[in-house]
Amino acid sequence: MAELTQDRATEVMTVNIGPHHPATHGVLRLIVDLEGEVVKDLKPVIGYVHTGIEKSCEDKSYWKVIPFVERMDYVSYFFQMEAYCGAVERLVGLEIPPRAKYLRTIFLELNRIHSHLVWLGTTALDLGAISMLWYCFRERDRILDLFEMAAGQRMHTRYFQVGGVIEDIPLGFEKKLREFIADMPVRVGQYQALLDRNEVFLSRTKGVGIVSRERLLELGVTGPLLRAAGEPWDLRKAFDYLAYPEVDFQIPVGTVGDNYDRYRVRVAEMVESTKIVEQALDLMEEGPFIADDRKYVLPPRSELSTSMESLIHHFKLVTEGFRVEPGEVYYSIESPRGELGCFVLADGSSKPSRVHFRDPSFVNLQAFKDMAVGSYIADMIASLGMLDPILGGVDR
Amino acid sequence: MLPFADTQFVEATWIMIVKSLVIFAIVFGILPILTVVERKLIGRFQHRYGPNRVGPFGILQPLADVGKLISKESFRPANAVSTLFILGPLLPVLSGVLALAIIPWGNVQDGVGLYGIDVPIGILYFFAVGSIAFYGMLLGGWSSGSKYSLLGAMRSAAQLISYEVSMGLALLGVIMMSGSLSLVDVVEAQGTIWFVIPQFVGFLIFMLAGFAETNRTPFDMPEADAELVQGFMTEYGGMRFGSFLLVEYMEILVVSGIAAAMFLGGWMGPGPGWLDPIWMLAKMFVLVFVFIWVRATLPRLRYDQLMSLGWKVLLPLATLNVLVTAVLVVTT
Repeated sequence: MAELTQDRATEVMTVNIGPHHPATHGVLRLIVDLEGEVVKDLKPVIGYVHTGIEKSCEDKSYWKVIPFVERMDYVSYFFQMEAYCGAVERLVGLEIPPRAKYLRTIFLELNRIHSHLVWLGTTALDLGAISMLWYCFRERDRILDLFEMAAGQRMHTRYFQVGGVIEDIPLGFEKKLREFIADMPVRVGQYQALLDRNEVFLSRTKGVGIVSRERLLELGVTGPLLRAAGEPWDLRKAFDYLAYPEVDFQIPVGTVGDNYDRYRVRVAEMVESTKIVEQALDLMEEGPFIADDRKYVLPPRSELSTSMESLIHHFKLVTEGFRVEPGEVYYSIESPRGELGCFVLADGSSKPSRVHFRDPSFVNLQAFKDMAVGSYIADMIASLGMLDPILGGVDR
Repeated sequence: MLPFADTQFVEATWIMIVKSLVIFAIVFGILPILTVVERKLIGRFQHRYGPNRVGPFGILQPLADVGKLISKESFRPANAVSTLFILGPLLPVLSGVLALAIIPWGNVQDGVGLYGIDVPIGILYFFAVGSIAFYGMLLGGWSSGSKYSLLGAMRSAAQLISYEVSMGLALLGVIMMSGSLSLVDVVEAQGTIWFVIPQFVGFLIFMLAGFAETNRTPFDMPEADAELVQGFMTEYGGMRFGSFLLVEYMEILVVSGIAAAMFLGGWMGPGPGWLDPIWMLAKMFVLVFVFIWVRATLPRLRYDQLMSLGWKVLLPLATLNVLVTAVLVVTT
């Protein structure tokens, strides 16, 4: 009998997946115990893209931190910017003008669509539907074109600034954006036609990777994963920030909490996001796009040659930056992956004493074991895709 | 009752040799074009151009690919079993080339049969040599000394037993209707009506099983790149990897050829006799297009789902098809 159990034990094969593997979404390493093809145990190993961003932030003046935090979760950079800029604004008590609110809302939601498109393309690729990647990236490129138009950069735009946004949207932007949001629901319908009515896709996702709502809440999981399990928790509704209280949108929730629900929730969110963008665009009026507080915001370039005051402010802001009274703040927003929080501790100097991000990918990754243990290795890869972790955000 | 195809057409030995060389040369001329066609088509399906840099319309791309693969190091992991590791890619090539021999490109014309061989066991030969390919995958995967390869090899074994029976049963209906195992006789029997119409269920089952035979999406589990890197060929590099790839295309051609001969009337078509091989090729390319189209569209099944599909759906369906055909053949 003892020998038999010994034999059973040797049937377990430990496979190392990653950190470089075609399917891990970023440099994630998985140590998987397999019995046949069934996952018996699983250990995610992280830290392969740890770059010490949070520590580096302590050495930069407040507004030079913005490009750093963008590079944490490199797919949802606008959200990192908003979490950080919003936290600093709350720390110094800076109110942003209405136009900036709408602009930020528009870009956040565009970024949400962009992030979900990347997710859909890569996850479908994991399931073997190779063409979805190109269809999704076609629309993603249109979003990146819009980002480029407004900010000059396609990724890591550094568009948000403490006090508002760095520049107003250019002429022709609105037309292009309206064309995009008119097209997007049609495109989403096409994706659904390819996947939702596909027997192979349904059999690969339905009933796979189920984690109960209670367990997800215990683990602190947020975002589409939690909503797919039936918990309608969305910070855009729960908290009052930016223009979200003024626009009308719905929170898609799933019922079972399997991979299919996760897929459906995210796809529905894309459509809801286009609605938010459209409403914000309608509600937005002409006006200043950045607060008029010379202590924190650069003066307009035209004033520099005429006003001594402005020149001094400009010089102070660019060299030393602004000082922040001692204090601390935590500000959290709904990123495409869940609750993205930013903690900033100020010590009175012009550099933050501590910047810390509560990254949703990091917290959500805890649920991976619950999703994958007991399933086939193919489903484990699919579940990892549906979890949608961005390793840049996990490791920071 | 069943008349066996007893006397075969006998040719001079030199004709046989020339014939096999010509078929070999033509098919190995088509294979590289097939890779470009696939990449071009998939490019179009995915809103991009596909290869268009090497040669006009990218037609020379396979030459560049092969040149690259040949010049690469034939890497072998330290813990691989060397002889089996080398044998791995050879067996599928052998199986593919052998299977090519029975594809009928036309009937006897001017004293030359437009096919490699016309064996009286025809389709059994196809199954016999076709299954050898899986030994190559199994051996190659097992001897690589890699866990991914081992899993891929295990999957290909599971896949083989799941679909091969249904594939055979799917063709049984055609064989009963034509009364011969020889592919030439089967094509000749389709003078009035192509078997795809009375044997539509059989055709579907055969094509589904054909996707599994060729390791193509949605049944590309042995080489599922998302979970097993490249499955049984993970550790292969250079032209050994290239020959695994080559075999995939050869198998597509063979399966399309068998399907065209068994269900789509083979070389039958309007026009003079010399058009026959062209007709055959055209029908094969229609089926090849389906293979490529499906690859660009469908996700991959899980390997236990393929097994349950093979055993619980395809096998009963194929059996039922055989039963109904048998009753109809006997009564009419």
